[in-house]
Amino acid sequence: MSTVSTTVVRPPSPPGPVRWLKKNLFSTWYNTLLTVLAAVVVFFVLRGVLTWVLFTANWAPVTNSLKLFAVGQYPPDQLWRVGTILFMVSFLFGLSWRVWGGTVRTFALTLAIVLGVLSVLPISMSLTLRLGFLANPVLTFIGYQVGRTPIGKSLWVVLGWLLSFVLTIILLTGVEGANWLPRVETGLWGGLLLTFLLALVGIVASFPIGVLLALGRQSSLPVLKAFCIAFIEIVRGVPLVTILFMASIILPLFLPEEVRVDRVLRAMMGMTLFAAAYMAENIRGGLQAIPLGQVEAAKAVGLDGFQIMLFIVLPQALRLVIPAIVGQFIALFMDTTLAVIVGLMELLAVGRAVLEINVEWKLLNMEVYIFIAAVFWIFNYAMSYASRHLEMALGVGER
Amino acid sequence: MTEGNAIHSSIGDNIIVCRDVHKWFDDFHVLRGISLTVERQEVVVICGPSGSGKSTFIRTINRLEEHQRGDIIVDGIELTHDIRNIEAIRREVGMVFQQFNLFPHLPVLQNITLAPIWARKWPKDKAEEVAMQLLERVGIPEQAHKYPGQLSGGQQQRVAIARALAMQPKIMLFDEPTSALDPEMITEVLDVMRELAYSGMTMIVVTHEMGFAKEVANRIVFFDEGNIVEQDTPEEFFKNPKEERTKLFLSQILTH
Repeated sequence: MSTVSTTVVRPPSPPGPVRWLKKNLFSTWYNTLLTVLAAVVVFFVLRGVLTWVLFTANWAPVTNSLKLFAVGQYPPDQLWRVGTILFMVSFLFGLSWRVWGGTVRTFALTLAIVLGVLSVLPISMSLTLRLGFLANPVLTFIGYQVGRTPIGKSLWVVLGWLLSFVLTIILLTGVEGANWLPRVETGLWGGLLLTFLLALVGIVASFPIGVLLALGRQSSLPVLKAFCIAFIEIVRGVPLVTILFMASIILPLFLPEEVRVDRVLRAMMGMTLFAAAYMAENIRGGLQAIPLGQVEAAKAVGLDGFQIMLFIVLPQALRLVIPAIVGQFIALFMDTTLAVIVGLMELLAVGRAVLEINVEWKLLNMEVYIFIAAVFWIFNYAMSYASRHLEMALGVGER
Repeated sequence: MTEGNAIHSSIGDNIIVCRDVHKWFDDFHVLRGISLTVERQEVVVICGPSGSGKSTFIRTINRLEEHQRGDIIVDGIELTHDIRNIEAIRREVGMVFQQFNLFPHLPVLQNITLAPIWARKWPKDKAEEVAMQLLERVGIPEQAHKYPGQLSGGQQQRVAIARALAMQPKIMLFDEPTSALDPEMITEVLDVMRELAYSGMTMIVVTHEMGFAKEVANRIVFFDEGNIVEQDTPEEFFKNPKEERTKLFLSQILTH
């Protein structure tokens, strides 16, 4: 009897590289033909692109305007504020890495490496700036070490991020009448900084509003339900440009003279409401996918309606729609370029302005636009990467 | 004698009193005047062909389905539209479903502690202690930190029983608890239910497990087309069914 049980049957071992190649790339004559053709195409495309990027292209408009691309016309003597924000982010990434691990590690490391490399890049840059960049990887490391202490709890990390968000706003706008932190008009904000702020505020604010709208749409209270449906359908029925226009040009006409809402804030509100309407529909899809049995089981154990929503329905519904929500975040991030319509100098607007700085740069729009596209791609890819890992992390134990 | 007097005079040791309960799904008259009383510590098995209204009936007892006519009084509380009444009754009535309906995003232990912590306001420690005791009782303490999707059907259903018991209910409702299980897992769930019945729990069980009914039930109630056709002790019910409809049903399920 024991002879039977001692023989362990193993699965066949995976094929070696040669067999893998043969199986996947050269299995039939037409597969071989396609492989060869593809290889030739890839070779010529890559050679063309690399030659252009490394030798033909003139990157002067980009390398000479990095400050504009980064922060727009933010006063140079106040740039330490932006630096401080970056310090906070680097530190918090280090802390989060130690506490949460997983994907955060990838982001913390990537940020630290990119900023470290920036500090030694062979372009014209002041020593202070170089040291500033170099301080970031150090702060990430310190954050990681702090994560080992009792502060390294999820609650503190979340609070830290929330606090940093508030501090960011205060640091950037400044305090009226304070000499050490003078007010900086939002009109001077620009570049990647503004793009980030528009996207971040839009993402952070539209999510809870979207959840509330989705719940309201399913509500049994007729007035609330009608309001939510009306809001969602009206906003989804008009282009974002229209909403931005209304928010920044038409809205002030109706408001009394004293109630002057800042231009950037108006754009943020417009984008948030726009995103919230789409968010609501995504979340509604998730809510409808939750089997009725879940709600019945929660009712049967005596939970009330609010608890059922909070503990049973929403966590499952949101997990289902992560891909859709992240897709929307990415769209929102790129929609920030429309803020140029209402006169904000976000990344794309800076790119167009840079081309006007120097007559010799006039024809270099290819370089500038490719640079901007690359910047957008990096951040969008990061979001999409985070979403995939978030899904996996939350998918534990699902059938 | 007014209806109200009739209800109160009949409560006594009856923990559930249903009088002339009617329910319609749109035009379909699914419950056609069900009157049933259940005593404390009684085990009542409800059987009948599918579509006879037996599941719908036990779901009216904790208001997962609303009845449109008649009275249902559970532990002295009459079921009305008042949401606090309904929640009070649901805290006293545990329910086990055919499809388990565990919360897939929470580990087993949290599935059990969620309601005691939030609906009973127990401290987390106490809730977890009770949950572990219940998992011992249903025989799977080692699964406490797994997710429902990692358990077999029989284990999931035992967790579901533990989850219902964690609220320390006075009544347990079982809605075809073994119908979705593979044959070799039915026994482990029935064993838990048997132990629960012997411990003195008041139970209403909708099931096709006639062996369980014979052994454990105090009374068997036969439903057909929204009516109670016949009810009797197991011995009488299986040996001397009085109604033709009951005889036909028994011959069908006992000879398959």
